Amino acid sequence: MDIQAIRSQFPILEEKVHGKPLVYFDNGATTQKPLSVIHRLSDYYTKENANIHRGVHTLSQEATTAYENARNTIQKYIGAKENHEVLFTKGTTDSINLVAYSFGELLQAGDEIIISAMEHHSNIVPWQLLCERKGCKLRFIPMDDKGDLMLDTYVELLSEKTKLVAVTHISNSLGTVNDVKFIIDKAHGVGAKVLIDGAQSIQHIKVNVQELDCDFYAFSGHKLFGPTGIGVLYGKEEILNQMPPYQGGGDMIKEVKLEQSTYNTLPHKFEAGTPNIAGGIGLGTAFEFLNSLDMDKVHKHEQELLEYATTALKKIEGIQFYGQAKEKTSVISFLIEGLHPYDVGTLLDKMGIAVRTGHHCTQPIMDQFCIPGTIRVSFALYNTKEEIDLFISALERIIPMLKN
Amino acid sequence: MSIQEKEQEIIDEFAIYEDWMDKYEYIIELGKDLPLIEEKYKTEDRLIKGCQSQVWLHAETKDGKMKFTADSDAIITKGIIALLIRVVDNESPSDVATSQFSFIKEIGLQEHLSPTRSNGLVSMVKEMKLNALKAVK
Repeated sequence: MDIQAIRSQFPILEEKVHGKPLVYFDNGATTQKPLSVIHRLSDYYTKENANIHRGVHTLSQEATTAYENARNTIQKYIGAKENHEVLFTKGTTDSINLVAYSFGELLQAGDEIIISAMEHHSNIVPWQLLCERKGCKLRFIPMDDKGDLMLDTYVELLSEKTKLVAVTHISNSLGTVNDVKFIIDKAHGVGAKVLIDGAQSIQHIKVNVQELDCDFYAFSGHKLFGPTGIGVLYGKEEILNQMPPYQGGGDMIKEVKLEQSTYNTLPHKFEAGTPNIAGGIGLGTAFEFLNSLDMDKVHKHEQELLEYATTALKKIEGIQFYGQAKEKTSVISFLIEGLHPYDVGTLLDKMGIAVRTGHHCTQPIMDQFCIPGTIRVSFALYNTKEEIDLFISALERIIPMLKN
Repeated sequence: MSIQEKEQEIIDEFAIYEDWMDKYEYIIELGKDLPLIEEKYKTEDRLIKGCQSQVWLHAETKDGKMKFTADSDAIITKGIIALLIRVVDNESPSDVATSQFSFIKEIGLQEHLSPTRSNGLVSMVKEMKLNALKAVK
């Protein structure tokens, strides 16, 4: 894989921060955007902007076509059976809330929802709200100290009361890749549906929703080289049709009378109001960018970065890693004895290196390890070993400053 | 020295540092001189929880002047607290309540007082002023 050719597609990587070349290691939070996506957004507003699904005029039809083509591109990439199983949302959080509300309407008091101990707050709080609303019970798959889910316990948690299992594909804090295929198959065995939080997945590994046989798959555009404020909920047609609408408004209706309305078909039933048209089109372009890559090579490159950085970090005195799962993506969460993550993050920033510090919106994980947070570096396909060298030498300068 | 004079003194001190790392080296040093909160005051009601770092603050009034002691788990946060306290310590409650801490921006550290930073410092400044307002009454 020609990393320099890939880097040249990401203009922000040429930027300087505090006079130093930017080293961007916060890809778990959001990825940078290739020129194709940036240009697509600009072209849309320059030449095509119009509201969609309504106008008879040319621009509106062109914008509608571009938006729906983006949906088709995404459908093909993730292997959905139908394009109307791809719902545009604001992002992963919005997708999960949609399911928690609409699928949640089908649940009854006493029904159980299973999540895991490594979920992002976005895949915890919507279920807590649902449980409060409907009297359902929330149960948890525990995690061991390496950061692997304890799947034996998971199997024991499953029963005819289980209606939904909602777990992350890849942990944002620890990088653990969960065996979601196993989780899905076991849940289906008791008739439960499964939602997979894919916020950290598609940028790293190839995902096929039909092969996984998940019932819902949620992800954000901005973490896979697309624009912010746009994401997807994939849902199986049959289940989506059973669910009541999420929000009411334009586009989601078939017929409106003052007393009562009838609803539009999929996907529009779940897409009330003027959508993020530019975002949707830009997300389609991000998927075209993914299509241009060999994901096996991307994965190999990222695994090399992970190994290279882990080996270098191991030499630092007092380092402690969090998340040493059997299968991991290119995320390293760590602490250095006696050093506060906030101090390390602040000083790294002054040296041009962007990392994430804190609890990464996964407080239950931090509670399990009894730590307030970690320093997290997360690599994307455009990162290099040279950047890791810069990061390590920055750490070597910072540590004595803070230990003094 | 008035609050303004103290702020100007800090601005002058920081003017000699061109490099960010030198500036932070100095902030870390300042943190070591922070008037530390007594262990017995490190109670839940004096703890300001940020998402990134935590701050303890204790305020008292003596002879009409405010006295602050504090601590933080992060060294840089501690250094910035030391600067804030240096400016308002031993001042009247009404002066503390109206202080804008504008020197922080002048020395380029305003990012630490940004509400989105979530390091406890914004809440700490609010807490200092609330304590001062209570003392005014």
